[in-house]
Amino acid sequence: MTSYCKIDHVDKIFTRGNTETCVLKEITLDIEKGEYVSIIGHSGCGKSTLLNIVAGLTEATTGGVILEGKHVNEPGPDRAVVFQNHSLLPWLTVYDNVRLAVDKVFGRSKSRAERDEWTLHNLNLTQMTHAKDKRPSEISGGMKQRVGLARALAMEPKILLLDEPFGALDALTRTHLQDTVMGLHEKLGNTVMMITHDVDEAVLLSDRIIMMTNGPEAQIGEILSVPIARPRRRLELVTDPTFLKCRQRVLEFLYERHRFVEAA
Amino acid sequence: MNMPLAKSGITASIALASPATAKVLPLPPKPSVPFARIRATLGKIAASVVPPAVVVALFLVIWEVACRKAGATLPPPSRVVNDAWELIAHPFYDHGGLDKGLFWHLLASLQRIAMGYTLAAIAGVALGTLVGQSVWAMRGLDPIFQVLRTVPPLAWLPLSLAAFRDGQPSAIFVIFITAIWPIIINTAVGIRNIPQDYRNVAAVLRLNPLEFFVKIMVPAAAPYIFTGLRIGIGLSWLAIVAAEMLIGGVGIGFFIWDAWNSSHISEIIVALVYVGLVGFILDRIVAGVSSIVTRGTSAN
Ligand SMILES: Nc1ncnc2c1ncn2[C@@H]1O[C@H](COP(=O)(O)OP(=O)(O)OP(=O)(O)O)[C@@H](O)[C@H]1O
Ligand SMILES: [Mg+2]
Repeated sequence: MTSYCKIDHVDKIFTRGNTETCVLKEITLDIEKGEYVSIIGHSGCGKSTLLNIVAGLTEATTGGVILEGKHVNEPGPDRAVVFQNHSLLPWLTVYDNVRLAVDKVFGRSKSRAERDEWTLHNLNLTQMTHAKDKRPSEISGGMKQRVGLARALAMEPKILLLDEPFGALDALTRTHLQDTVMGLHEKLGNTVMMITHDVDEAVLLSDRIIMMTNGPEAQIGEILSVPIARPRRRLELVTDPTFLKCRQRVLEFLYERHRFVEAA
Repeated sequence: MNMPLAKSGITASIALASPATAKVLPLPPKPSVPFARIRATLGKIAASVVPPAVVVALFLVIWEVACRKAGATLPPPSRVVNDAWELIAHPFYDHGGLDKGLFWHLLASLQRIAMGYTLAAIAGVALGTLVGQSVWAMRGLDPIFQVLRTVPPLAWLPLSLAAFRDGQPSAIFVIFITAIWPIIINTAVGIRNIPQDYRNVAAVLRLNPLEFFVKIMVPAAAPYIFTGLRIGIGLSWLAIVAAEMLIGGVGIGFFIWDAWNSSHISEIIVALVYVGLVGFILDRIVAGVSSIVTRGTSAN
Protein backbone atom coordinates (compact mmCIF):
# COMPACT_ATOMS: atom_id res chain seq x y z
CA MET A 1 0.00 0.00 0.00
CA THR A 2 1.35 3.38 -0.89
CA SER A 3 0.40 6.43 1.09
CA TYR A 4 -0.68 9.85 -0.22
CA CYS A 5 2.67 11.46 0.44
CA LYS A 6 5.70 9.38 1.26
CA ILE A 7 9.05 10.70 2.43
CA ASP A 8 11.25 7.72 1.74
CA HIS A 9 14.64 7.21 3.42
CA VAL A 10 15.75 10.79 2.89
CA ASP A 11 19.34 11.74 3.70
CA LYS A 12 20.66 15.23 3.18
CA ILE A 13 24.34 16.03 3.16
CA PHE A 14 25.46 19.63 2.62
CA THR A 15 28.92 20.04 1.12
CA ARG A 16 30.67 23.31 1.74
CA GLY A 17 34.21 23.31 0.36
CA ASN A 18 35.49 19.95 1.51
CA THR A 19 33.55 19.71 4.75
CA GLU A 20 30.43 17.60 4.62
CA THR A 21 27.59 18.00 7.10
CA CYS A 22 24.95 15.35 7.26
CA VAL A 23 21.86 17.31 8.28
CA LEU A 24 19.13 14.70 7.84
CA LYS A 25 19.55 10.96 8.26
CA GLU A 26 17.09 8.26 7.25
CA ILE A 27 13.89 10.27 7.38
CA THR A 28 10.88 8.14 6.50
CA LEU A 29 7.35 9.41 6.94
CA ASP A 30 3.94 8.68 5.49
CA ILE A 31 1.32 11.38 5.34
CA GLU A 32 -2.34 10.58 4.72
CA LYS A 33 -4.64 12.64 2.57
CA GLY A 34 -6.28 15.39 4.61
CA GLU A 35 -3.89 14.89 7.49
CA TYR A 36 -2.36 17.79 9.44
CA VAL A 37 1.21 16.93 10.39
CA SER A 38 3.51 19.15 12.42
CA ILE A 39 7.25 18.89 12.59
CA ILE A 40 8.81 20.15 15.78
CA GLY A 41 12.44 20.26 16.81
CA HIS A 42 15.12 22.60 18.01
CA SER A 43 16.51 25.34 15.84
CA GLY A 44 18.94 24.21 13.16
CA CYS A 45 17.98 20.53 13.28
CA GLY A 46 16.93 20.53 9.65
CA LYS A 47 13.19 21.14 9.65
CA SER A 48 13.32 23.71 6.87
CA THR A 49 15.64 21.46 4.90
CA LEU A 50 13.10 18.64 5.13
CA LEU A 51 10.25 20.92 4.07
CA ASN A 52 12.30 22.26 1.16
CA ILE A 53 12.99 18.70 0.02
CA VAL A 54 9.25 18.00 -0.06
CA ALA A 55 8.74 21.31 -1.88
CA GLY A 56 11.42 20.33 -4.40
CA LEU A 57 13.47 23.44 -3.66
CA THR A 58 16.29 21.31 -2.22
CA GLU A 59 17.33 17.95 -3.56
CA ALA A 60 17.67 14.99 -1.21
CA THR A 61 21.13 13.41 -1.26
CA THR A 62 19.63 9.93 -1.15
CA GLY A 63 16.05 8.81 -0.94
CA GLY A 64 13.14 10.87 -2.18
CA VAL A 65 9.58 12.03 -1.87
CA ILE A 66 6.60 10.48 -3.60
CA LEU A 67 3.36 12.46 -3.81
CA GLU A 68 0.28 10.65 -5.15
CA GLY A 69 2.49 8.04 -6.79
CA LYS A 70 4.73 10.63 -8.47
CA HIS A 71 8.36 11.23 -7.64
CA VAL A 72 9.04 14.82 -6.59
CA ASN A 73 12.05 16.24 -8.42
CA GLU A 74 11.27 19.91 -8.91
CA PRO A 75 9.22 22.62 -7.23
CA GLY A 76 5.65 23.07 -8.34
CA PRO A 77 2.33 24.59 -7.35
CA ASP A 78 0.98 21.21 -6.22
CA ARG A 79 3.25 21.71 -3.17
CA ALA A 80 2.53 25.32 -2.28
CA VAL A 81 4.75 26.81 0.40
CA VAL A 82 3.98 29.52 2.93
CA PHE A 83 7.42 30.83 3.80
CA GLN A 84 8.45 31.98 7.23
CA ASN A 85 9.08 35.54 6.02
CA HIS A 86 5.93 35.75 3.87
CA SER A 87 7.91 36.25 0.59
CA LEU A 88 5.30 38.46 -1.00
CA LEU A 89 6.49 40.44 -3.99
CA PRO A 90 6.66 44.02 -2.69
CA TRP A 91 5.97 45.66 -6.04
CA LEU A 92 2.62 43.90 -6.44
CA THR A 93 -0.57 44.61 -4.53
CA VAL A 94 -2.07 41.97 -2.27
CA TYR A 95 -4.53 41.08 -5.03
CA ASP A 96 -1.81 40.88 -7.69
CA ASN A 97 0.38 38.67 -5.50
CA VAL A 98 -2.41 36.10 -5.32
CA ARG A 99 -3.49 36.71 -8.90
CA LEU A 100 0.03 35.94 -10.17
CA ALA A 101 -0.26 32.45 -8.70
CA VAL A 102 -3.83 32.02 -9.94
CA ASP A 103 -2.91 33.11 -13.47
CA LYS A 104 0.04 30.75 -13.52
CA VAL A 105 -1.82 27.71 -12.21
CA PHE A 106 -5.23 28.24 -13.84
CA GLY A 107 -4.20 30.32 -16.86
CA ARG A 108 -5.52 27.65 -19.25
CA SER A 109 -8.34 26.06 -17.29
CA LYS A 110 -10.18 29.13 -16.04
CA SER A 111 -11.46 32.22 -17.84
CA ARG A 112 -10.36 35.73 -16.85
CA ALA A 113 -13.47 36.37 -14.84
CA GLU A 114 -13.18 33.02 -13.09
CA ARG A 115 -9.58 33.72 -12.16
CA ASP A 116 -10.56 37.10 -10.74
CA GLU A 117 -13.32 35.47 -8.76
CA TRP A 118 -11.03 32.69 -7.52
CA THR A 119 -8.44 35.25 -6.39
CA LEU A 120 -11.03 37.19 -4.43
CA HIS A 121 -12.47 33.97 -3.04
CA ASN A 122 -9.12 32.96 -1.58
CA LEU A 123 -8.46 36.42 -0.19
CA ASN A 124 -11.86 36.17 1.42
CA LEU A 125 -11.00 32.79 2.96
CA THR A 126 -8.11 34.39 4.83
CA GLN A 127 -10.12 37.57 5.54
CA MET A 128 -7.88 39.80 3.46
CA THR A 129 -10.34 41.15 0.89
CA HIS A 130 -10.38 44.55 2.61
CA ALA A 131 -6.67 45.10 1.89
CA LYS A 132 -6.60 43.75 -1.64
CA ASP A 133 -5.31 46.98 -3.19
CA LYS A 134 -2.60 47.59 -0.61
CA ARG A 135 1.04 46.77 -1.08
CA PRO A 136 2.82 44.37 1.27
CA SER A 137 4.73 47.23 2.87
CA GLU A 138 1.44 48.79 3.93
CA ILE A 139 0.06 45.84 5.89
CA SER A 140 1.05 44.17 9.16
CA GLY A 141 3.09 40.98 9.54
CA GLY A 142 0.02 38.92 10.36
CA MET A 143 -1.78 40.21 7.30
CA LYS A 144 1.20 39.39 5.11
CA GLN A 145 1.08 35.80 6.34
CA ARG A 146 -2.64 35.72 5.56
CA VAL A 147 -1.89 36.84 2.01
CA GLY A 148 0.88 34.23 1.76
CA LEU A 149 -1.67 31.66 2.91
CA ALA A 150 -4.24 32.89 0.38
CA ARG A 151 -1.65 32.64 -2.37
CA ALA A 152 -0.78 29.07 -1.37
CA LEU A 153 -4.43 28.00 -1.05
CA ALA A 154 -5.24 29.54 -4.42
CA MET A 155 -2.89 27.05 -6.08
CA GLU A 156 -5.10 24.20 -4.80
CA PRO A 157 -2.02 22.26 -3.71
CA LYS A 158 -2.04 18.54 -3.05
CA ILE A 159 -0.07 19.29 0.07
CA LEU A 160 0.29 22.64 1.81
CA LEU A 161 3.73 23.29 3.26
CA LEU A 162 3.96 25.80 6.10
CA ASP A 163 7.44 26.80 7.31
CA GLU A 164 6.94 28.37 10.74
CA PRO A 165 4.09 30.44 9.36
CA PHE A 166 3.43 32.16 12.67
CA GLY A 167 7.01 32.32 13.95
CA ALA A 168 7.52 36.04 13.51
CA LEU A 169 4.14 37.13 14.92
CA ASP A 170 3.07 38.34 18.33
CA ALA A 171 1.05 35.98 20.50
CA LEU A 172 -2.36 37.52 19.80
CA THR A 173 -1.96 37.71 16.05
CA ARG A 174 -0.63 34.19 16.12
CA THR A 175 -3.74 33.00 17.95
CA HIS A 176 -5.99 34.53 15.31
CA LEU A 177 -4.01 32.98 12.49
CA GLN A 178 -3.98 29.58 14.13
CA ASP A 179 -7.76 29.74 14.33
CA THR A 180 -7.94 30.76 10.68
CA VAL A 181 -5.70 27.89 9.59
CA MET A 182 -7.59 25.42 11.75
CA GLY A 183 -10.92 26.61 10.32
CA LEU A 184 -9.64 26.37 6.75
CA HIS A 185 -8.26 22.89 7.30
CA GLU A 186 -11.65 21.76 8.57
CA LYS A 187 -13.48 23.45 5.72
CA LEU A 188 -11.20 22.51 2.81
CA GLY A 189 -9.66 19.28 4.10
CA ASN A 190 -6.15 20.13 2.89
CA THR A 191 -3.20 17.94 3.59
CA VAL A 192 -0.82 20.07 5.60
CA MET A 193 2.79 19.75 6.70
CA MET A 194 3.72 22.50 9.15
CA ILE A 195 6.98 23.34 10.85
CA THR A 196 6.75 24.92 14.26
CA HIS A 197 8.69 25.78 17.39
CA ASP A 198 5.60 26.08 19.50
CA VAL A 199 4.41 23.07 21.46
CA ASP A 200 0.86 24.35 22.10
CA GLU A 201 0.46 25.25 18.46
CA ALA A 202 1.57 21.80 17.36
CA VAL A 203 -0.86 20.03 19.69
CA LEU A 204 -3.73 22.36 18.90
CA LEU A 205 -3.51 22.03 15.12
CA SER A 206 -2.06 18.61 14.35
CA ASP A 207 -3.28 15.11 13.85
CA ARG A 208 0.28 13.92 14.30
CA ILE A 209 3.39 15.57 15.69
CA ILE A 210 6.76 14.53 14.29
CA MET A 211 9.48 15.22 16.85
CA MET A 212 12.97 15.53 15.44
CA THR A 213 16.19 14.85 17.29
CA ASN A 214 18.94 17.44 17.32
CA GLY A 215 21.27 17.71 14.36
CA PRO A 216 23.62 16.94 12.83
CA GLU A 217 22.19 13.71 11.47
CA ALA A 218 18.74 14.62 12.72
CA GLN A 219 16.21 11.82 12.71
CA ILE A 220 12.58 11.38 13.58
CA GLY A 221 12.75 10.77 17.32
CA GLU A 222 9.13 10.11 18.03
CA ILE A 223 5.74 10.43 16.37
CA LEU A 224 2.79 11.41 18.53
CA SER A 225 -0.82 11.09 17.44
CA VAL A 226 -3.15 13.72 18.85
CA PRO A 227 -6.48 11.96 19.33
CA ILE A 228 -8.58 15.06 19.94
CA ALA A 229 -11.81 15.32 17.99
CA ARG A 230 -12.35 18.18 15.56
CA PRO A 231 -13.57 20.87 15.53
CA ARG A 232 -11.26 21.81 18.36
CA ARG A 233 -11.95 24.73 20.63
CA ARG A 234 -8.95 26.52 22.00
CA LEU A 235 -10.57 27.43 25.32
CA GLU A 236 -11.97 23.95 25.99
CA LEU A 237 -8.63 22.34 25.23
CA VAL A 238 -6.82 24.18 28.01
CA THR A 239 -8.35 21.77 30.53
CA ASP A 240 -8.67 18.74 28.23
CA PRO A 241 -6.68 15.84 29.73
CA THR A 242 -5.71 14.48 26.29
CA PHE A 243 -4.40 17.89 25.26
CA LEU A 244 -2.39 18.21 28.45
CA LYS A 245 -0.99 14.72 28.09
CA CYS A 246 0.11 15.35 24.49
CA ARG A 247 1.64 18.64 25.46
CA GLN A 248 3.50 16.93 28.29
CA ARG A 249 4.87 14.29 25.91
CA VAL A 250 6.24 16.84 23.46
CA LEU A 251 7.74 18.98 26.22
CA GLU A 252 9.44 15.96 27.71
CA PHE A 253 10.87 15.03 24.36
CA LEU A 254 12.18 18.50 23.60
CA TYR A 255 13.41 19.59 26.98
CA GLU A 256 14.43 16.40 28.75
CA ARG A 257 15.44 13.75 26.31
CA HIS A 258 16.68 16.01 23.52
CA ARG A 259 17.74 19.20 25.18
CA PHE A 260 19.19 21.82 22.93
CA VAL A 261 22.89 21.34 23.57
CA GLU A 262 24.64 24.20 21.80
CA ALA A 263 24.63 27.56 23.52
CA ALA A 264 21.79 29.38 21.82
CA MET B 1 16.72 29.98 19.77
CA ASN B 2 14.71 28.44 22.57
CA MET B 3 11.22 29.80 22.31
CA PRO B 4 9.71 30.59 25.72
CA LEU B 5 6.54 28.62 26.13
CA ALA B 6 4.64 31.52 27.64
CA LYS B 7 4.52 33.06 24.17
CA SER B 8 2.09 30.43 22.94
CA GLY B 9 -1.35 31.47 21.79
CA ILE B 10 -3.31 29.70 24.48
CA THR B 11 -1.97 31.59 27.45
CA ALA B 12 -2.23 34.85 25.61
CA SER B 13 -5.99 35.10 25.72
CA ILE B 14 -6.02 35.29 29.52
CA ALA B 15 -4.17 38.58 29.59
CA LEU B 16 -7.07 40.23 27.79
CA ALA B 17 -9.38 40.04 30.79
CA SER B 18 -8.24 43.09 32.78
CA PRO B 19 -10.39 46.08 31.79
CA ALA B 20 -8.61 49.31 30.95
CA THR B 21 -10.03 52.72 31.72
CA ALA B 22 -8.55 55.96 30.45
CA LYS B 23 -9.60 59.60 30.57
CA VAL B 24 -10.19 61.39 27.31
CA LEU B 25 -8.49 64.78 27.22
CA PRO B 26 -10.11 67.46 25.05
CA LEU B 27 -7.91 68.66 22.20
CA PRO B 28 -7.16 72.38 21.86
CA PRO B 29 -9.19 73.95 19.02
CA LYS B 30 -7.44 73.70 15.65
CA PRO B 31 -7.08 76.55 13.15
CA SER B 32 -9.27 76.11 10.07
CA VAL B 33 -7.89 73.29 7.96
CA PRO B 34 -7.52 74.74 4.40
CA PHE B 35 -5.76 77.86 5.68
CA ALA B 36 -3.30 75.82 7.73
CA ARG B 37 -2.60 73.57 4.77
CA ILE B 38 -1.87 76.47 2.41
CA ARG B 39 0.47 77.95 4.98
CA ALA B 40 2.28 74.65 5.42
CA THR B 41 2.74 74.24 1.65
CA LEU B 42 4.01 77.78 1.23
CA GLY B 43 6.41 77.24 4.10
CA LYS B 44 7.73 74.09 2.50
CA ILE B 45 8.28 75.79 -0.86
CA ALA B 46 10.01 78.72 0.80
CA ALA B 47 12.28 76.37 2.74
CA SER B 48 13.55 74.79 -0.47
CA VAL B 49 13.71 77.95 -2.62
CA VAL B 50 14.99 80.67 -0.30
CA PRO B 51 18.36 79.17 0.79
CA PRO B 52 19.69 78.51 -2.76
CA ALA B 53 18.38 81.92 -3.90
CA VAL B 54 20.31 83.63 -1.11
CA VAL B 55 23.48 81.72 -1.96
CA VAL B 56 23.19 82.53 -5.69
CA ALA B 57 22.62 86.21 -4.92
CA LEU B 58 25.66 86.29 -2.65
CA PHE B 59 27.76 84.55 -5.27
CA LEU B 60 26.70 87.03 -7.96
CA VAL B 61 27.60 89.95 -5.70
CA ILE B 62 31.05 88.57 -4.95
CA TRP B 63 31.63 87.80 -8.64
CA GLU B 64 30.51 91.28 -9.64
CA VAL B 65 32.84 92.90 -7.11
CA ALA B 66 35.78 90.68 -7.99
CA CYS B 67 35.52 91.15 -11.79
CA ARG B 68 34.68 94.86 -11.77
CA LYS B 69 38.32 95.74 -11.11
CA ALA B 70 40.48 96.74 -14.01
CA GLY B 71 42.58 93.86 -15.35
CA ALA B 72 40.04 91.16 -14.47
CA THR B 73 40.20 88.34 -17.02
CA LEU B 74 36.53 87.36 -16.74
CA PRO B 75 33.52 89.63 -17.24
CA PRO B 76 31.29 90.45 -14.23
CA PRO B 77 27.67 89.16 -14.37
CA SER B 78 26.30 92.54 -15.38
CA ARG B 79 28.49 92.54 -18.49
CA VAL B 80 27.65 88.93 -19.27
CA VAL B 81 23.98 89.84 -19.41
CA ASN B 82 24.72 92.88 -21.49
CA ASP B 83 27.02 91.17 -23.99
CA ALA B 84 24.98 88.03 -24.42
CA TRP B 85 21.51 89.53 -24.20
CA GLU B 86 20.79 88.43 -27.77
CA LEU B 87 21.52 84.86 -26.74
CA ILE B 88 19.52 84.93 -23.51
CA ALA B 89 16.48 86.65 -24.97
CA HIS B 90 16.22 84.74 -28.25
CA PRO B 91 17.03 81.08 -27.78
CA PHE B 92 14.97 80.10 -30.84
CA TYR B 93 16.45 82.18 -33.67
CA ASP B 94 17.89 80.35 -36.65
CA HIS B 95 19.99 82.16 -39.21
CA GLY B 96 21.09 78.96 -40.92
CA GLY B 97 24.41 77.15 -40.63
CA LEU B 98 25.86 77.27 -37.13
CA ASP B 99 24.27 80.62 -36.36
CA LYS B 100 21.37 79.37 -34.27
CA GLY B 101 19.85 80.06 -30.86
CA LEU B 102 20.95 78.05 -27.85
CA PHE B 103 17.76 76.01 -27.97
CA TRP B 104 18.79 74.44 -31.29
CA HIS B 105 22.27 73.66 -30.07
CA LEU B 106 20.91 72.04 -26.92
CA LEU B 107 18.34 70.13 -28.97
CA ALA B 108 21.06 68.72 -31.24
CA SER B 109 23.05 67.59 -28.22
CA LEU B 110 19.99 66.07 -26.59
CA GLN B 111 19.15 64.14 -29.76
CA ARG B 112 22.62 62.57 -29.74
CA ILE B 113 22.18 61.75 -26.06
CA ALA B 114 18.77 60.23 -26.67
CA MET B 115 20.17 57.88 -29.31
CA GLY B 116 23.31 56.83 -27.49
CA TYR B 117 21.70 56.61 -24.08
CA THR B 118 18.73 54.55 -25.26
CA LEU B 119 21.06 52.06 -26.92
CA ALA B 120 23.21 51.98 -23.77
CA ALA B 121 20.17 51.40 -21.55
CA ILE B 122 18.93 48.48 -23.64
CA ALA B 123 22.32 46.84 -24.09
CA GLY B 124 23.36 47.63 -20.51
CA VAL B 125 20.31 46.04 -18.91
CA ALA B 126 20.61 43.00 -21.18
CA LEU B 127 24.32 42.50 -20.51
CA GLY B 128 23.90 43.26 -16.81
CA THR B 129 21.19 40.63 -16.55
CA LEU B 130 23.41 38.10 -18.26
CA VAL B 131 26.35 38.85 -15.97
CA GLY B 132 24.16 38.91 -12.86
CA GLN B 133 22.38 35.68 -13.67
CA SER B 134 25.14 33.45 -15.00
CA VAL B 135 28.28 32.72 -13.04
CA TRP B 136 30.21 31.88 -16.19
CA ALA B 137 29.18 35.06 -17.97
CA MET B 138 30.34 36.97 -14.93
CA ARG B 139 33.68 35.22 -14.79
CA GLY B 140 34.24 35.81 -18.49
CA LEU B 141 32.91 39.33 -18.90
CA ASP B 142 33.30 41.10 -15.58
CA PRO B 143 37.11 41.54 -15.71
CA ILE B 144 36.83 42.94 -19.24
CA PHE B 145 34.12 45.38 -18.18
CA GLN B 146 36.17 46.48 -15.20
CA VAL B 147 39.08 47.37 -17.47
CA LEU B 148 37.05 48.98 -20.26
CA ARG B 149 34.99 51.16 -17.94
CA THR B 150 38.08 53.03 -16.80
CA VAL B 151 38.84 54.21 -20.36
CA PRO B 152 37.95 57.93 -20.48
CA PRO B 153 35.04 58.69 -22.86
CA LEU B 154 37.08 60.93 -25.16
CA ALA B 155 39.71 58.26 -25.66
CA TRP B 156 37.09 56.31 -27.62
CA LEU B 157 36.47 59.20 -30.00
CA PRO B 158 39.43 58.79 -32.41
CA LEU B 159 38.71 55.09 -32.67
CA SER B 160 35.05 55.61 -33.42
CA LEU B 161 35.85 58.37 -35.92
CA ALA B 162 38.13 55.91 -37.65
CA ALA B 163 35.43 53.27 -37.66
CA PHE B 164 32.39 55.40 -38.60
CA ARG B 165 34.16 58.10 -40.67
CA ASP B 166 31.51 60.58 -39.59
CA GLY B 167 31.00 62.87 -36.59
CA GLN B 168 27.38 62.07 -35.81
CA PRO B 169 27.58 58.29 -35.24
CA SER B 170 30.93 58.75 -33.52
CA ALA B 171 29.40 61.12 -30.96
CA ILE B 172 26.53 58.71 -30.40
CA PHE B 173 28.97 55.87 -29.92
CA VAL B 174 30.91 57.87 -27.34
CA ILE B 175 27.68 58.47 -25.39
CA PHE B 176 26.83 54.80 -25.65
CA ILE B 177 30.19 53.58 -24.43
CA THR B 178 30.24 56.13 -21.60
CA ALA B 179 26.80 55.38 -20.25
CA ILE B 180 26.80 51.62 -20.60
CA TRP B 181 29.24 50.62 -17.84
CA PRO B 182 27.39 51.90 -14.78
CA ILE B 183 24.18 50.45 -16.23
CA ILE B 184 25.74 47.01 -16.74
CA ILE B 185 27.42 46.93 -13.37
CA ASN B 186 24.44 48.14 -11.35
CA THR B 187 22.03 45.85 -13.15
CA ALA B 188 24.30 42.89 -12.48
CA VAL B 189 24.51 43.75 -8.78
CA GLY B 190 20.72 44.14 -8.65
CA ILE B 191 20.14 40.77 -10.30
CA ARG B 192 22.65 39.07 -8.03
CA ASN B 193 20.93 40.58 -4.99
CA ILE B 194 17.46 39.25 -5.79
CA PRO B 195 16.46 37.55 -2.54
CA GLN B 196 16.34 33.76 -2.60
CA ASP B 197 12.73 34.05 -1.41
CA TYR B 198 11.60 35.56 -4.70
CA ARG B 199 13.44 32.86 -6.59
CA ASN B 200 11.70 30.26 -4.45
CA VAL B 201 8.31 31.81 -5.18
CA ALA B 202 9.12 31.76 -8.88
CA ALA B 203 10.23 28.14 -8.64
CA VAL B 204 7.06 27.02 -6.84
CA LEU B 205 4.95 28.84 -9.44
CA ARG B 206 7.10 27.36 -12.24
CA LEU B 207 7.56 30.72 -13.96
CA ASN B 208 9.33 30.28 -17.29
CA PRO B 209 12.51 32.29 -17.95
CA LEU B 210 10.68 35.09 -19.74
CA GLU B 211 8.04 35.41 -17.01
CA PHE B 212 10.80 35.31 -14.41
CA PHE B 213 12.63 38.12 -16.17
CA VAL B 214 9.57 40.35 -16.54
CA LYS B 215 7.75 39.60 -13.29
CA ILE B 216 10.59 39.05 -10.81
CA MET B 217 13.99 40.16 -12.10
CA VAL B 218 13.18 43.57 -13.55
CA PRO B 219 11.02 44.81 -10.67
CA ALA B 220 13.31 43.34 -8.01
CA ALA B 221 16.42 44.85 -9.56
CA ALA B 222 14.72 48.10 -10.59
CA PRO B 223 16.22 50.25 -7.80
CA TYR B 224 19.71 49.13 -8.83
CA ILE B 225 19.00 49.46 -12.55
CA PHE B 226 17.82 53.02 -12.03
CA THR B 227 20.90 53.89 -10.00
CA GLY B 228 22.92 52.80 -13.03
CA LEU B 229 20.67 54.70 -15.41
CA ARG B 230 21.04 57.85 -13.34
CA ILE B 231 24.82 57.65 -13.23
CA GLY B 232 24.72 56.89 -16.96
CA ILE B 233 22.70 59.96 -17.93
CA GLY B 234 25.04 62.19 -15.92
CA LEU B 235 28.13 60.73 -17.58
CA SER B 236 26.55 61.02 -21.04
CA TRP B 237 25.95 64.71 -20.55
CA LEU B 238 29.54 65.15 -19.39
CA ALA B 239 30.82 63.29 -22.42
CA ILE B 240 28.67 64.91 -25.11
CA VAL B 241 29.93 68.42 -24.41
CA ALA B 242 33.52 67.28 -24.67
CA ALA B 243 32.89 65.12 -27.74
CA GLU B 244 31.07 67.88 -29.61
CA MET B 245 33.95 70.26 -29.05
CA LEU B 246 36.07 67.95 -31.16
CA ILE B 247 33.47 66.90 -33.70
CA GLY B 248 32.02 70.30 -34.56
CA GLY B 249 28.61 70.97 -36.12
CA VAL B 250 25.48 72.03 -34.30
CA GLY B 251 25.60 71.20 -30.60
CA ILE B 252 26.21 72.89 -27.29
CA GLY B 253 29.76 71.56 -27.03
CA PHE B 254 30.87 73.07 -30.31
CA PHE B 255 28.99 76.26 -29.51
CA ILE B 256 31.19 76.71 -26.42
CA TRP B 257 34.33 75.91 -28.38
CA ASP B 258 33.32 78.31 -31.14
CA ALA B 259 32.63 81.08 -28.60
CA TRP B 260 36.09 80.55 -27.10
CA ASN B 261 37.71 80.82 -30.53
CA SER B 262 35.90 84.12 -31.13
CA SER B 263 36.69 85.27 -27.54
CA HIS B 264 33.01 85.62 -26.60
CA ILE B 265 33.57 84.83 -22.92
CA SER B 266 30.10 86.02 -21.94
CA GLU B 267 28.51 83.58 -24.37
CA ILE B 268 30.50 80.75 -22.83
CA ILE B 269 29.22 81.64 -19.39
CA VAL B 270 25.59 81.72 -20.58
CA ALA B 271 26.08 78.37 -22.33
CA LEU B 272 27.58 76.88 -19.17
CA VAL B 273 24.53 77.92 -17.16
CA TYR B 274 22.32 76.18 -19.74
CA VAL B 275 24.48 73.07 -19.75
CA GLY B 276 24.22 72.87 -15.96
CA LEU B 277 20.47 73.37 -15.97
CA VAL B 278 19.84 70.80 -18.70
CA GLY B 279 22.08 68.26 -16.94
CA PHE B 280 20.15 68.86 -13.76
CA ILE B 281 16.81 68.43 -15.53
CA LEU B 282 17.98 65.19 -17.21
CA ASP B 283 18.97 63.81 -13.81
CA ARG B 284 15.64 64.82 -12.27
CA ILE B 285 13.74 63.17 -15.12
CA VAL B 286 15.50 59.83 -14.64
CA ALA B 287 15.11 60.14 -10.87
CA GLY B 288 11.42 60.91 -11.29
CA VAL B 289 10.80 57.93 -13.56
CA SER B 290 12.77 55.82 -11.10
CA SER B 291 10.69 56.80 -8.11
CA ILE B 292 7.48 56.06 -10.02
CA VAL B 293 8.68 52.69 -11.28
CA THR B 294 10.31 51.47 -8.07
CA ARG B 295 7.41 52.57 -5.88
CA GLY B 296 6.92 49.72 -3.44
CA THR B 297 10.08 47.82 -4.30
CA SER B 298 12.43 49.89 -2.24
CA ALA B 299 9.94 50.27 0.58
CA ASN B 300 10.40 46.65 1.52
N1 LIG C 1 22.65 25.59 1.80
C1 LIG C 1 23.21 25.09 2.91
N2 LIG C 1 24.52 24.78 2.92
C2 LIG C 1 25.10 24.27 4.03
N3 LIG C 1 24.47 24.07 5.19
C3 LIG C 1 23.15 24.36 5.25
C4 LIG C 1 22.46 24.90 4.12
N4 LIG C 1 21.17 25.10 4.47
C5 LIG C 1 21.07 24.71 5.76
N5 LIG C 1 22.25 24.25 6.24
C6 LIG C 1 22.49 23.73 7.58
O1 LIG C 1 21.57 22.72 7.82
C7 LIG C 1 21.13 22.76 9.15
C8 LIG C 1 19.62 22.72 9.20
O2 LIG C 1 19.13 23.94 8.66
P1 LIG C 1 17.56 24.22 8.64
O3 LIG C 1 17.38 25.57 8.08
O4 LIG C 1 16.88 23.11 7.93
O5 LIG C 1 17.19 24.20 10.16
P2 LIG C 1 15.79 24.47 10.87
O6 LIG C 1 15.49 23.30 11.67
O7 LIG C 1 14.80 24.90 9.87
O8 LIG C 1 16.15 25.68 11.83
P3 LIG C 1 15.21 26.89 12.28
O9 LIG C 1 14.28 26.32 13.28
O10 LIG C 1 16.17 27.84 12.90
O11 LIG C 1 14.55 27.43 11.07
C9 LIG C 1 21.73 23.99 9.79
O12 LIG C 1 22.78 23.60 10.65
C10 LIG C 1 22.26 24.78 8.64
O13 LIG C 1 23.47 25.42 9.00
MG1 LIG D 1 13.80 26.83 9.43
